[in-house]
Amino acid sequence: MNQNDRQPAETQDKNGPATGKVTLRIWRGDENGGEFKDYTLDAQEGEVVLDVVHRVQSEHAGDLSVRWNCKAGKCGSCSAEINGVPKLMCMTRMSDFSSGEPITITPMRTFPIIRDLVTDVSFNYEIAKKVPPFTPGPKEPDGTYRMAQRDIDRIQEFHKCIECFLCQNVCHVIRDHEENKANYAGPRFFVRFAALEMHPLNTNNSLGLLKEEMGIGYCNITKCCTEVCPEQIHITDNAIIPLKERVVTANYDPLAWLVTKIRRKTGRNTSST
Amino acid sequence: MDITDTKDTPTAIKPTPVQLGKPRGGPAQSTLRKDYWWVTPTITVGVLTAFVIYATWAGFQNGNYYYAPYISPFYSPCIASNCVYQQLPIIGTWWKLSPALLILVFPLGYRLTCYYYRKAYYRAFWWAPPACAVEDAHSKYSGETRWPLLLQNSHRWFFYMGLVLNFFLTIDAVRAFDFPSGWGMGLGSLVLSVNAILLWLYSFSCHACRHLCGGSVNKFSTAPLRYRVWKILTPLNQRHMLFAWVSLIFVALSDLYVRLVASGAIRDPRFF
Repeated sequence: MNQNDRQPAETQDKNGPATGKVTLRIWRGDENGGEFKDYTLDAQEGEVVLDVVHRVQSEHAGDLSVRWNCKAGKCGSCSAEINGVPKLMCMTRMSDFSSGEPITITPMRTFPIIRDLVTDVSFNYEIAKKVPPFTPGPKEPDGTYRMAQRDIDRIQEFHKCIECFLCQNVCHVIRDHEENKANYAGPRFFVRFAALEMHPLNTNNSLGLLKEEMGIGYCNITKCCTEVCPEQIHITDNAIIPLKERVVTANYDPLAWLVTKIRRKTGRNTSST
Repeated sequence: MDITDTKDTPTAIKPTPVQLGKPRGGPAQSTLRKDYWWVTPTITVGVLTAFVIYATWAGFQNGNYYYAPYISPFYSPCIASNCVYQQLPIIGTWWKLSPALLILVFPLGYRLTCYYYRKAYYRAFWWAPPACAVEDAHSKYSGETRWPLLLQNSHRWFFYMGLVLNFFLTIDAVRAFDFPSGWGMGLGSLVLSVNAILLWLYSFSCHACRHLCGGSVNKFSTAPLRYRVWKILTPLNQRHMLFAWVSLIFVALSDLYVRLVASGAIRDPRFF
């Protein structure tokens, strides 16, 4: 390579340019329609996509709507699709992109548009209302609840969820089939159900609800929810598949049904499904 | 359409209507992804198609599947009376077709209903979806809620059958060291041993196995043995995709090796 072709070391990291001119191709519009608009500006070293979007807002398009809050990947507000991939804008480095090509930013596809990059995610809040609350059994004689650490370790992962709804957005069951929103809770809420179902103190059994109303059978295990989760929750392997297996035990496994029946008859208290 | 139906849900908060079908943002394109998302499904189609073609051809051959002491994993356990190697002749002489056809249905069902392969073929063959954030190829979708995909729920039954087959393939692996001239070791002995190990790893890393062994327990402190098993199986489960591919390819290679030795195309190197 000719030495003149190289960029100065301070302007380039291992993935791509950290500084220099970049073009953001941002979808602008509302429920009446919209289009892409290009904004070319300087990116500075260490910036994330949200930083540059904010500078578009302050320098080029004061009316650009974007939802954000913590800029630290913990509030789940700035979910969008960057070059077609669902991501948090605050956790996507500009240096991840090669120079030259515009970086496309669009709102989450699954939810109704409000304006520009802001979507109406209230579908999720309506589903949340359908999740039965945590219902512990009777307290210990000393008036407390006790759990062993190993009983509770497994569900800690599920509590990392920041409700960015990227998993809901990428799930093709509702992304590509709007009508399924009436019958399907989505990966975020399967994580919530898993946290409740596997909780050592919870007494609610939601398997019937999961099968009949929350549509766990619609999930076909394509694992996109796991791929986009910014908290690296193993949504499919640790939440959805275990729930599916519990539904199988309750509905499609006569052997498990017989074992449960015998256990109940012999008075053995079962802690498993 | 709305989703206000809350009957029988023990929640205190009543959901408010959500209007479906409202306009969405972004362009009406199947995907805006710029990366090579199509590479993985293409490789999946290539490898799985090649395997199915080879396994079908090998299953119908009804020959060159046994060369003492090696038996092809596609033909084991050999349960028909027309087997060259009488292992477990529970099917009478009325069966005239290849004995492999009596066996292959079980690993086929096991892999078809496997949670990993479901991901692989739903993406690669059915395009539901072909990749994340790439549009589903179908106008309607009911997932695994209806016939025939409701049968995916039979996975654990195929898992049980898979364990039985693994048991026989392990016996085959041990017998692969027992030559007519006495105990020894050839390349085929190693091939069949590695094949058996990989199939056990595939079974032990299975999601149904992880659930049945301990995942179904809510209070691990009351089931310490099942908890320990679950702890051992969990890291294996994280590598289920790896074991699925490696065991699939190796079982075909094992059959090919026995076939080549039995047909006289190659000689089995003996180490001792």
